[in-house]
Amino acid sequence: MPTINILKDALFEAIGISYTDEEFGELCFDFGIELDEITSEKQIFVREKKEKFDDTSDAVVYKIEVPANRYDLLCMEGLVRSLKVFLRRMAAPQYFVLSSTQRLIIRSETAQVRPFALAAVLRNITFTEASYNNFIDLQDKLHLTVGRKRTLVAIGTHDLDTVEGPFTYEALPPQQIKFKALNQVKEYTGLELMELYSHDSHLKEYLPIIQGKSVYPVIFDRNRVVLSMPPIINGDHSRISLNTKNVFIDITATDLNKAKIALDTLVTMFSQYCDKPFTCECVEIERPDGQVEIQPQLKYREQVVSLQMINQKIGINEPAENIQMFLSRMCFESNLVDEGESVKVTIPPTRADILHPCDIIEDVAIAFGFNNVHKTFPKTCTVGHQLPVNKLSDQIRLEVALLGFTEALTFALCSCDDISSRLRKKMNETSAVQIANPKTSEFQVARTSLLPGLLKTIAANKRMPIPLRIFEVADVVLKDKHTDVGAQNQRRLCAVYYNKTPGFEVIHGLLDRVMQVLNVANDKDFYYIKATEDSTYFTGWCAEVYALGKAIGKLGVIHPEVITAFDLNMPASAVEIDIEQFL
Amino acid sequence: LVTTEGLAWTMADSLSEQILKTLAEGKKFNTYEYASELGVDHQLVVGAVKRLTSLEDVIQAKQEQFERWHLLDEGNEIVEKGSHEARVYYAVDITNGTPKSLLLTSSPFAKIGISKALSAGWIKMERISSEDVIMYRKVSSIDDKIQKLLIEVKNGNINALSSDQLKELKKRNLIEKIVINSYMVQPGHEFSTTVSKLKAVLTAEMIQSGTWKSMKFKQCNFDALGTPLNCGHFHPLMKVRSEIRQIFLEMGFEEMPTNNYIESSFWNFDALFQPQQHPARDAHDTFFLKDPELSTQFPLDYLKKVKAVHQTGGYGSIGYCYDWKLEEAQKNILRTHTTAVSARMLYKLGQQEQFTPVKYFSIDRVFRNETLDATHLAEFHQIEGLIADYDLTLGDLMGVLHTFFSKAMGITQLRFKPTYNPYTEPSMEVFSYHEGLKKWVEIGNSGVFRPEMLLPMGLPENVSVIAWGLSLERPTMIKYGLTNIRELVGHKVNLEMVYNNPLCRLDK
Repeated sequence: MPTINILKDALFEAIGISYTDEEFGELCFDFGIELDEITSEKQIFVREKKEKFDDTSDAVVYKIEVPANRYDLLCMEGLVRSLKVFLRRMAAPQYFVLSSTQRLIIRSETAQVRPFALAAVLRNITFTEASYNNFIDLQDKLHLTVGRKRTLVAIGTHDLDTVEGPFTYEALPPQQIKFKALNQVKEYTGLELMELYSHDSHLKEYLPIIQGKSVYPVIFDRNRVVLSMPPIINGDHSRISLNTKNVFIDITATDLNKAKIALDTLVTMFSQYCDKPFTCECVEIERPDGQVEIQPQLKYREQVVSLQMINQKIGINEPAENIQMFLSRMCFESNLVDEGESVKVTIPPTRADILHPCDIIEDVAIAFGFNNVHKTFPKTCTVGHQLPVNKLSDQIRLEVALLGFTEALTFALCSCDDISSRLRKKMNETSAVQIANPKTSEFQVARTSLLPGLLKTIAANKRMPIPLRIFEVADVVLKDKHTDVGAQNQRRLCAVYYNKTPGFEVIHGLLDRVMQVLNVANDKDFYYIKATEDSTYFTGWCAEVYALGKAIGKLGVIHPEVITAFDLNMPASAVEIDIEQFL
Repeated sequence: LVTTEGLAWTMADSLSEQILKTLAEGKKFNTYEYASELGVDHQLVVGAVKRLTSLEDVIQAKQEQFERWHLLDEGNEIVEKGSHEARVYYAVDITNGTPKSLLLTSSPFAKIGISKALSAGWIKMERISSEDVIMYRKVSSIDDKIQKLLIEVKNGNINALSSDQLKELKKRNLIEKIVINSYMVQPGHEFSTTVSKLKAVLTAEMIQSGTWKSMKFKQCNFDALGTPLNCGHFHPLMKVRSEIRQIFLEMGFEEMPTNNYIESSFWNFDALFQPQQHPARDAHDTFFLKDPELSTQFPLDYLKKVKAVHQTGGYGSIGYCYDWKLEEAQKNILRTHTTAVSARMLYKLGQQEQFTPVKYFSIDRVFRNETLDATHLAEFHQIEGLIADYDLTLGDLMGVLHTFFSKAMGITQLRFKPTYNPYTEPSMEVFSYHEGLKKWVEIGNSGVFRPEMLLPMGLPENVSVIAWGLSLERPTMIKYGLTNIRELVGHKVNLEMVYNNPLCRLDK
């Protein structure tokens, strides 16, 4: 969930109410956001080890966590607006699009690298230092969230009065792009900029998005002034400042829907500072096929939802006027339709999270108050049932524990070495499922045997009095072509006895007992063990376990090299069998 | 008993009796002094006292250490017979004197006696020939100080001697200093003069012969611990798992087959209406597989519906409006939640000819490629419950959560916070009031599965599925007061913690 930092005093001034921290925390809780932390600018700077925190203040900052799909809450402007509407201190604003004065022409080559572009103009805007910072912050937040770190969407904002339309969105070989990038003193080519920014802690993570492409995206004005080289950097020429009056916003994207969401969010949030609040100028987007589209549209959608459905899904029984009031508190206008049986809900362009009537129903529930909903117990009548393999596992666990063995709980993931070299096996004999992106060697494979985990458990408990008797009943994972995913779990029992003498007879006794309680030990044809060789076990001291006509596992004295590979220094015996055969 | 050992026992027994008798007279004593009073070896008294202290608080014995000056053999002889010089003096004939050669045979110490007596001025000598001299008494009576001093030492009146005198006696090898380990003995709380006759344990022989009837037995020492037994143990986390599993079963839930750690992205994400660009699908959060890399078998009809609902919506939804890719859905992963199994189960349910209400649960491992810390591991156990039935409400979800958490944790104070999950709407975080921390803490997540997830599966439109989940480790750590998850899960667990772990009683 994304987090935003808001100055407490500015927030309360904007809402028009002063809360205690507790009261504001409660309001957040009810509204579905979370007052995560109360801190100060200075503390944040110190923690993030930023330099020059002398000019930062001790003013209280709220860190607020907002839902990942609520892009309209990613800045103070949007959060304040939503809370004020929720508190019925203002009506939801109406967003208007003004006719266009600008055109953005998309060239066909852009399809090779970043095919979509949109634009908008915020006309006659007045920034304060605070609102200007919020404007920059929101762009960062949108890059991070809806933009998926600029891969899907990147935003550029410019002082429109420094450039001249029409604008063209092109894709050029990087060496043919040359401009003075933001905060640079001289011009660099596209390639040089990539080299320059490969040392920039902030920008270097975005470079791979276009690196290696034959063409880089670039936006020009009619005089070939570079506005930006998305998704990396804007031009210095058109940089905006506190004094910028007319803002030109460009959006480039690989996902058109997300581009629209980002643009709608940015303009609906900051058009409140335009001289005609909540308006923005649209821009004509000329696509490579010659079609011209007007963006942004700030489209209001309509959704009819039956009152009965709203009440039923939540478990309340509220009259129409209350439902409409709840809707209005969540920024939805509504009209009664179907002879008062349904509401036609108008969804504002700020609410990209509304996909389905269920999203509207949730908002009604939030306005009603989740904790005001009467709790009921479902009448669903069903019979409890255990998964057979889990039931059998629990019965076997109990029997083995009754034999004086202690249960271990080890990881299902381990290193390649754990299941191969340390067990004196080759990786290709293991049928192991291999992980593509492990952060450490501990998570290279899913275990194919329970033995390494138990030996590691003993190694971590060498100071305990011997003998150690431990066991685990759990799943290993083996590749299996016959399943839809190509791998399958197998439930196993593994037990280890560790002492000054190997105690093969102890492990053998355990196996005999387990076979006895599984009712297969009475007949030699049902259960027997037979000498075999296995590199994990000591020669002459390993046997295959046969039950119900199948080989189900092995038991034996652990090979001394395996003992030392797991940092142990005394003999051990072990048994490991597949128990799914007994289902 | 006629063995020497037996004899020693008998002697010790009579000594014990004597000690008890002495104590019964209300005296307390030091064993060293007591031994010298009785004229027995101190070690015998100490042995008897030790035997008595092994009985339950019959006597109390406190160790005391002190120094004693002790007469050496030569010193003892002086006490008995007088100092060497005195013996020489008395051996000299009172009128005629005695030749030195005769005197030298009067005692083994005569030579030193003569020189001491001469220097003390008690005797004198006269040479009568070149071979011999005659010794005469010089004074009519003597005072044998050495003997007197040694008698004082023997009687323990060490203070009667000056330090020079002590030094002198020591120099002459007549006395030495020794350290005495002794005990101060007094009656204990359970004092009795008859204890020495009690038997320690009942034996098979006593029962068979019937001799126990005439015997008295000492009482068991209830302050001592019992013997630690060799026993097996269940793992603490598995004990909590068993209890929670039991609660689901009591509530009529059926266990889902979650024994498949490997899952395709399709069932783990796409089937749950989780868009393909969702951050959870990043390599930062999810373990992808190198081998087997891709899943190839999907129910095609259903897959087409999932693709459509992501791309263009349907079932009343506008969808996510993006280009859904099969290759993304095919990617195999270690499942990030057991909800992947819920999706498979609900799909199966949707394929039934006639829908039947179900309650499902599971407790099993899930995997996250997260940064590890004291409370996060790459794998943990997820507890999940869901109910699918006609017309379930948000109130029903709250009601079932109340029942579950009051059974599972004895928690009755619950609050619900609106939240966002990609596959549930409404979504609620579950908070409970923590008495220790004096604040509300999140204990689980819940919600109503989205229609975009359920309807492509073929479930009827008015069927709702309410669900909730939580980790098994977190409540277990809180229950057992653990701060580091590695103390609970994995091979670094301390087996002693496992051995000593109490029963899991979630309602206590």
